[in-house]
Amino acid sequence: MRNRLTPYLFVSPAMLLLITFGIFPILVAAVISTTDMNISAFASWSNVDFVGVDNYVTLFGDPDFWQALGNTGLFAVVGVPAIVVLSLATALLLNQSQNWFFRALRSFYFIPAITAIVAVSLVWSYLYNTQFGLFNYLLSLVGAEPVQWLSDPWLSKFSVGLVAVWRGTGLNIIIFLAALQGVPKEYLEAASIDGAGEWRKTFSITIPLLRFAIFFVSVTTTIAWLQFFDEPFVLTDGGPLGATTSVSIFLYKEGFRLNQFGYASAGSVVLFAIIAVITLIQLRLRRADDEY
Amino acid sequence: MSTNRDASNRRRSRGLTLSIGIALGIGALITAFPFLWMIATSLKPQRESIDFPPTILPQEPTLEWYQALFTELDFGRYFLNTIIVVAIGFIGLLLMAMAGYAFAKFDFRGRRWMFFLVLATMMIPVQVTMIPTYLILNGMKLTNTLVGIALPTLVSGFSIFLFRQFMTTIPTEMLEAARLDGAGEFRTFWQIVLPMSRPILAVQVVLTFISGWNSFLWPLIIASDQKLYTLSVGLALLNQQLAVNPSLQMAAASVMVIPILIVFIVFQRYVIQGFALSGLK
Repeated sequence: MRNRLTPYLFVSPAMLLLITFGIFPILVAAVISTTDMNISAFASWSNVDFVGVDNYVTLFGDPDFWQALGNTGLFAVVGVPAIVVLSLATALLLNQSQNWFFRALRSFYFIPAITAIVAVSLVWSYLYNTQFGLFNYLLSLVGAEPVQWLSDPWLSKFSVGLVAVWRGTGLNIIIFLAALQGVPKEYLEAASIDGAGEWRKTFSITIPLLRFAIFFVSVTTTIAWLQFFDEPFVLTDGGPLGATTSVSIFLYKEGFRLNQFGYASAGSVVLFAIIAVITLIQLRLRRADDEY
Repeated sequence: MSTNRDASNRRRSRGLTLSIGIALGIGALITAFPFLWMIATSLKPQRESIDFPPTILPQEPTLEWYQALFTELDFGRYFLNTIIVVAIGFIGLLLMAMAGYAFAKFDFRGRRWMFFLVLATMMIPVQVTMIPTYLILNGMKLTNTLVGIALPTLVSGFSIFLFRQFMTTIPTEMLEAARLDGAGEFRTFWQIVLPMSRPILAVQVVLTFISGWNSFLWPLIIASDQKLYTLSVGLALLNQQLAVNPSLQMAAASVMVIPILIVFIVFQRYVIQGFALSGLK
């Protein structure tokens, strides 16, 4: 009897936590999204009413939501290629040599990925500062006017995105470097003997062999951009005038600043659906690619 | 003739490596520059940090801002709270190791669907569960507690998965031998399974430390009492002070970043291995 219980004793604490905070909340979100639940529910549950799909209807008529959705789409469309290309190029270059210098450099590229976003954002806001920031000083050296890095609606998108790209490449460089270990040396040597140059070898042998890693990084980076939250939250709080408000920022503000739990949950269900659909499409594309 | 060409080829490839090395070196400096700027500014007197044109290195280095953080502001408490949240995270690590062990070495009813749930949670974004989790914690009366801050991220599907993958490679005979010697199940786990899992454990300990130390969203949502702020939340509040005193802010940012840099330098191998593994999921 004792023996049969053992695995359950080992597995249940973690499973209980995982179900409570990983699985159960999804169901709760789906249920709450059909109610008008807000802060008054804490006083009495009788303040919560079933409203059907009203929240979803309101959501799709909400210009703020569409703006957040548009911003998120823009960030993903520009940000995914930027991160994938930059980290792949850096990894290929870092892989050029295995000597101590190249190995030491890897760490530098990796540091932004492991440092706290809040701390990092403070440093960047200081660099971006209009009056005494370093970037505007550098601009003044070449005779340019000071720039509103974080308060111009278009430029702020760039500034916030730049920090995310800077933070996002380190992890992917590591993944690409790990994948590069798997490229057989014989292929490259054979190509050299056939007279192929470095460019040719990189584009005709290495990159095609990295297909799976590139695919993987693209999927995870897409998901990360769709959940984009930290950088705009700390740097601009979604401003100016919602220019850097991503869907996640929108949800956070509706949920925790305005306490519209029902409405925000409807938004989170929509975000979840979008992420699920895009991931499925990417997986499907990948499968089609495999058949070829 | 051919040796000549080989030599010139080699010279060319050495030249290529050298120029790539220089380009990467410059890239690395640019990447790390915000951190150098942060540390340099944290040592500047306030007037110097808002000087225009800016100075690169502090002209009159001072540690006054680090002092101010711990005397005038409550960063000592934030520091302690952060350590407590990290420590709770290590309890979670133990629970995940136990679960990974059960999935790897026991056959039991429900194993398949439980493991499916583990994998499924890896795909659910935090923004979707943010509000319900807050409501659940509120229902458990755990909002505004350090336990409440740590609970939502205490276990992760991915870590359980990694433990399971590694522990499958432990020979079952060793476990049987321990049981024959009369060791209880938990003792077998503690004295045989955990020590044998040291490589994956080291990776996970370092990753747990980093993610606990850096965690921002849950402290922000759960801690409304200033006594419970972690470093990240305390730091976010300093954001409003930028116009006033960048030196103080950069000192605070350094307090948060430097421990991570030390952990990274010391345990670099494990950190990089851990992140490379995350490429497997």
